[in-house]
Amino acid sequence: MVKEEQEESSNRPDNTAFTQQRLPAWQPILSASIVIPMFVLIGAAFIGVGVALFITSRDIQLQELDYTGDDSEHPCFKCRTNTEKCTCSMTFSIPTLFKGPVFFYYGLTNYFQNQRKYGASKDDNQLYGDLNYFTSPSTDCDPYTRDSKNMPIVPCGALANSMFNDTFTLSHTVNGVQKIVPLDGKGIAWWTDYNIKYRNPSITPLINAFNGTKKPTNWPKPIYELDTTDVYNNGFINQDFLVWMRRAALPDFRKLYRRITHDDYAAGLPAGNYTLTIAYNYPVHSFNGKKKVVLSNVSWMGGKNDFLGIAYIVVGSMCVVMSIVMLIVYARFKFGEDD
Amino acid sequence: MTVLTDIPEKWLPVVLPIKKKKKAGFGGGKSKKKRTEEERRVKANDREHNEKFQYANNCIVTSKYNILTFLPVNLFEQFQEVANTYFLFLLILQLIPQISSLSWFTTIVPLALVLSITAVKDATDDYFRHKSDNQVNNRQSQVLIRGSLQNEKWMNVKVGDIIKLENNQFVAADLLLLSSTEPHGLCYIETAELDGETNMKVRQSVSVTAELGDPNNLASFDGEVVCEPPNNKLDRFCGTLYWREKKYPLTNQNMLLRGCVLRNTEACYGLVIFAGPDTKLMQNSGRTKFKRTSIDRLMNTLVLWIFGFLVCMGVILAVGNAVWEREVGSLFQSYLPWDPPVDNFMFSAFLSFWSYIIILNTVVPISLYVSVEVIRLGHSYFINWDRQMFCSRCNTAAESRTTTLNEELGQVEYIFSDKTGTLTQNIMTFNKCSINGQTYGEVTDPLGKQPKRLDFTPFNPLANPDFCFYDEKLLESVKVGDLHTHEFFRLLSLCHTVMSEEKSEGELVYKAQSPDEGALVTAARNFGFVFRSRTPGTITTTEMGRTVTYSLLAILDFNNIRKRMSVIVRNPEGRICLYCKGADTVLLERLHPCNQELMSITSDHLNEYGADGLRTLALAYRELSEDEWEAWSESHRCADKATDCREDRLAAAYDKIEQDMKLLGATAIEDKLQEGVPETIALLSLANIKIWVLTGDKQETAVNIGYSCKMLTDDMTEVFIIGGHTVQSVRQELRSARERMMELSRGKTEGMEAWAEACFMGNGMKDGQEGDCTTGRGSKQLHCSSLPPSASGDMDSISGEFALIISGHSLAHALEADMEAEFVSTACACKAVICCRVTPLQKAQVVELIKKHKKAVTLAIGDGANDVSMIKSAHIGVGISGQEGIQAVLASDYSFAQFRFLQRLLLVHGRWSYLRMCRFLCYFFYKNFAFTMVHFWFGFFCGFSAQTVYDQFFITLYNIVYTSLPVLAMGVFDQDVPDHRSLEYPKLYEPGQLNLLFNKKEFFICITQGIYTSVVLFFVPYAVLSDATQSNGVPLADYQTFAVTTATALVIVVSVQIALDTGFWTVFNHMFVWGSVGSYFTIMFALHSQTLFRIFPNQFRFIGWSLALAFGLHTKPCKNVQRSYILSRHNHKLSVSFISFYVINPIQSSLLVYLKENYVWFSLTKNCPVKLRLEDR
Repeated sequence: MVKEEQEESSNRPDNTAFTQQRLPAWQPILSASIVIPMFVLIGAAFIGVGVALFITSRDIQLQELDYTGDDSEHPCFKCRTNTEKCTCSMTFSIPTLFKGPVFFYYGLTNYFQNQRKYGASKDDNQLYGDLNYFTSPSTDCDPYTRDSKNMPIVPCGALANSMFNDTFTLSHTVNGVQKIVPLDGKGIAWWTDYNIKYRNPSITPLINAFNGTKKPTNWPKPIYELDTTDVYNNGFINQDFLVWMRRAALPDFRKLYRRITHDDYAAGLPAGNYTLTIAYNYPVHSFNGKKKVVLSNVSWMGGKNDFLGIAYIVVGSMCVVMSIVMLIVYARFKFGEDD
Repeated sequence: MTVLTDIPEKWLPVVLPIKKKKKAGFGGGKSKKKRTEEERRVKANDREHNEKFQYANNCIVTSKYNILTFLPVNLFEQFQEVANTYFLFLLILQLIPQISSLSWFTTIVPLALVLSITAVKDATDDYFRHKSDNQVNNRQSQVLIRGSLQNEKWMNVKVGDIIKLENNQFVAADLLLLSSTEPHGLCYIETAELDGETNMKVRQSVSVTAELGDPNNLASFDGEVVCEPPNNKLDRFCGTLYWREKKYPLTNQNMLLRGCVLRNTEACYGLVIFAGPDTKLMQNSGRTKFKRTSIDRLMNTLVLWIFGFLVCMGVILAVGNAVWEREVGSLFQSYLPWDPPVDNFMFSAFLSFWSYIIILNTVVPISLYVSVEVIRLGHSYFINWDRQMFCSRCNTAAESRTTTLNEELGQVEYIFSDKTGTLTQNIMTFNKCSINGQTYGEVTDPLGKQPKRLDFTPFNPLANPDFCFYDEKLLESVKVGDLHTHEFFRLLSLCHTVMSEEKSEGELVYKAQSPDEGALVTAARNFGFVFRSRTPGTITTTEMGRTVTYSLLAILDFNNIRKRMSVIVRNPEGRICLYCKGADTVLLERLHPCNQELMSITSDHLNEYGADGLRTLALAYRELSEDEWEAWSESHRCADKATDCREDRLAAAYDKIEQDMKLLGATAIEDKLQEGVPETIALLSLANIKIWVLTGDKQETAVNIGYSCKMLTDDMTEVFIIGGHTVQSVRQELRSARERMMELSRGKTEGMEAWAEACFMGNGMKDGQEGDCTTGRGSKQLHCSSLPPSASGDMDSISGEFALIISGHSLAHALEADMEAEFVSTACACKAVICCRVTPLQKAQVVELIKKHKKAVTLAIGDGANDVSMIKSAHIGVGISGQEGIQAVLASDYSFAQFRFLQRLLLVHGRWSYLRMCRFLCYFFYKNFAFTMVHFWFGFFCGFSAQTVYDQFFITLYNIVYTSLPVLAMGVFDQDVPDHRSLEYPKLYEPGQLNLLFNKKEFFICITQGIYTSVVLFFVPYAVLSDATQSNGVPLADYQTFAVTTATALVIVVSVQIALDTGFWTVFNHMFVWGSVGSYFTIMFALHSQTLFRIFPNQFRFIGWSLALAFGLHTKPCKNVQRSYILSRHNHKLSVSFISFYVINPIQSSLLVYLKENYVWFSLTKNCPVKLRLEDR
């Protein structure tokens, strides 16, 4: 019958769910009976997670040592403005066992690795080992593309040029004897950086690839001499270089320097006195930066982070408060009961 | 009656579209000089002579582009839009290396997408225009060239050519009719394509040329026509033919316009006067006014505000940059020296301002306009597809003729409706008549027995079997041979403009311009006065079986000012008689004062008929002596020849002869109400829509229809009638109406108060506490003192149901500038307003008045040519595709076949459209603010260096891939309550009228929410990541992790938000929401893959997944990490931590949505959508 009708009236629109806006649809309704219990549940869950995170975070040990030397009392004060090689050392004590594995970070503050120009000032093709870009680096690197004699700089750019070059040694005073704590510098960079993004040119010895190029102006030694002992840690794939080249998102940051995983210290740093010796090369005084060394261990939730726990607790409590407010409003309007 | 034989000059500009500014003015490669043509001179058969003037040839070009010009012209047009130019400007900024903070493709990809979508649409439209142009231009026509007829394409026809037309052919250009095969140089045309009227019209050639006849004579015709320049007036032509030293006046009666079809005529010859773009058809094409919705205007304002906001942010960040460069950056130069052109912090700040304009440009959403268009298009299709707005009787579906107004259908506050054909069916039936003081047609049968329908066939073989009449007395009277009755029907059979078509003997088909006329002529036919055929000079009838041919001396046309028409005929006996029919008000004034008694009886009858809701006409005649006729005929000819003020002179001449007539009687025609009209009106007024009926009918008829369609009810407090003829009396009537209203409503409130006091006193007594009583009284007094000014001050406080009826002549005074406000305030306090006896121009004026004084959305609905002006001036024009041609439909924005579909158009489609559009806009602004403001916060931590937070690909794709489709799906498919519910609860329409769902306040809520989201999106990762490390000790605060984490959080948060906003999850919504989130992850993994990096190391810098930590995904690189250093287990536990900020935002949002859904609606309407949906379960 319907068919007949349609033949009669050729202009009649199709009778489909789509054209007649009758598509089957799920219509979620945020009614009070759903929203209020949902809020209570979410609130409870968040508070639970928050408390767990907060407690965990409090158990994580953290040792921070500022070695900028702004204070004239500070052992590194002398190195602060010194342009020559300068070494200073700081002592600190660990009251209880610093559970391992312990991570050794260096930190910088007021340092704008996230500045647009700074971050862009590198040549990814060059760092990928493309020799064409050794001789003619990208202009992104300006003004660190070429030196005063118009020789191309490899690696070019402000980012590489400003590579952090303080070095640290940590020694443990055992019975009055300084015992060097072995630091492990392997695998501190991102896997993709090490394996994919950065490549040395496939020329051996590596030094030949750098013919006709100059080292960055701030660097004491060229890139191919960063670690002459280990081919797999030299040139562009030097772990320290890679760590530096991964830009920090915020002006106060820390970067992984070493890991303490060796024999005696695999379980952690025993309680006792320690000395940190710093080869102070990197000037931060000019821009009021701070330098620090951070020792930390991790838990299941990663590094120390009180904020996360607090955030969870706050959000959870907010949910609960909201649900109570809504309950009151709901009770007053008696929604859906009387007309 | 809505006859459009002669449109008064006054409202021509309103009815007919102003001619297109861009005139397609080129002919055959020669570019036409841009000069204003003052008069046109055309010499027949003389191409050389005519070429001097460079008139356009008959080739029409409605297409805008060709293959070569498409790209440049289309792009040029598109860049005339501010939004597009703005993005072009951004693109140019991005090409300056010092400023460029983003790659060029972040802007060009969306821009190209938007441009190409529009270009494809334009190209398709133009392709079809090309096709139709080609088809039309290549039609064949026979042109007389050097004495012989040759086939030529239409486009090669030139001004001054003589062409031959055959029966049923389209007229190729505007022609001066020279001769035809019919006698007297007559020919018949149908003008459906031109003005929508399907009846036939007669055209006649000037008598001297009519004799030319065959091609040989025509070839030597060398007359010259001097006439007005091309214009768009379809019913007017003024010119003179000079031939053989003589002048002949030319009028519209001599013209065949392009677009007409030749009918009932074997062949005719015409001289091309206007060709191609100069023809009246082409001069009339093109929409006049581009209507915009209030949401559109609001949107444009908001976009400007956002733009201002963008500049403010740019300035703030630039100042920040100046300070930073001075305080920090200058010291940091050992690591990052300033770029060579930058030598001080001020210049750096200047550059940074532009850089920030580039990266923050996404607050001005480029895809907004395109998305809005897409959504509206969807809604328009839903209207076209709606089976419940399909009329099976006339096989017409509703049609949305514009796609830009849909959401305004959800905000209508005033409906202006025509009566005839809109509220009524416009199928006229001859119902009653009054002849010489005797009324017929009244069937008074106290037993209510079904009266018998009269059978005319035995009496009259030519009768129309469909005709219904029940009163035998009239037939008797005819049979008896009552002179008055015979004269009455003779008048009906002679005084009209109906054309007849006699397909076979006795099988007559009448083609009438208005159904009224058809009904009257049919009535006369059945009562034995059969109109058989007409020529310009004669009318042939069969009177009581006897064929009589009258010579037609003159037709005195109907028009809206005269409101009457007359014919002057000479019967075979040589008696000259003027027959006149017209509106009683006009006609009764022109009668001979001899028979006052008949006049008063007839007016009583007329009033009775009017009260029954019938349409009435009075009929009168006058016998003329030969001298009188001669004298008048001369003055008429003079007036006819006049070139200036011809219309006025003719009207004066007509006036002179239509005097001292004798009354014959009156007719009453019934116009039945359309199906469902009372219900629709009742429902619409429940939805708080005020309905005004504007009709040309007389007051009684209009009031009666008002009652029958429930606009006026007996429960109404009072119905005011304004009928004054002078300014003073109208003002007085309006004032007294208003005073009365206030009086009545004050009485009401006072009554209420007294009642309240009584209650209060009662309570006081019961408690026996006097103190309460006094305080109570004190507060009441306060209340009292505040009441009177509010009651007298504004008219909004008026309660009670009032109606206002105003007649055309009073309306003319009420519309004068100094009384406008008074009229509006009185009329708007009434629930129903009926304006009767209004002219088309007044209809438009009333609409304009409401548009001006009330900031309300108006809708005009009508079906006839007289509604066109109203339809065009209202915010929304609706055309009823009914009996009266298609002009109203052509001018309208929406059209359908029945008035009752209006409720569905407004309450269902309009309401949904408005809701969807508002939700769409809210979300759209929200998502762009949430997205963009993150950069602003980041500015404070990256030295105001215009470093983006997100990866450039993310910025490119965010608006066009990751977040575009879910919100489109919501904008197209969302429903808060099913359609039957919004018809059941018309109050649900109210939020649209009050503009509650999207206004400046809502906009601020949206962007505040967006900014809040951006704060959470930036600062939570900031706090979490700054010190966080993975469990292998690697810090998480690197730029890539930060960027990807924020971006992912953003995509998830805005997706959850759209999920919460979507109230109606169809399969498309699921597909798009999940699909968008899915596409984000897919694209992200693809972009971060090694392959792309290996190809373009410079573009794809983010390689490897940092995100793994947020989702606990064990991805390949992460597994490989184990190889290089000790990593016992991957830290998927960290995923827990990140979920927190995906949740914080949605929680706030769900709260907001919950509150909006429940309480905003609840405060307005008792039935909020949520409750209705719960009930439906």
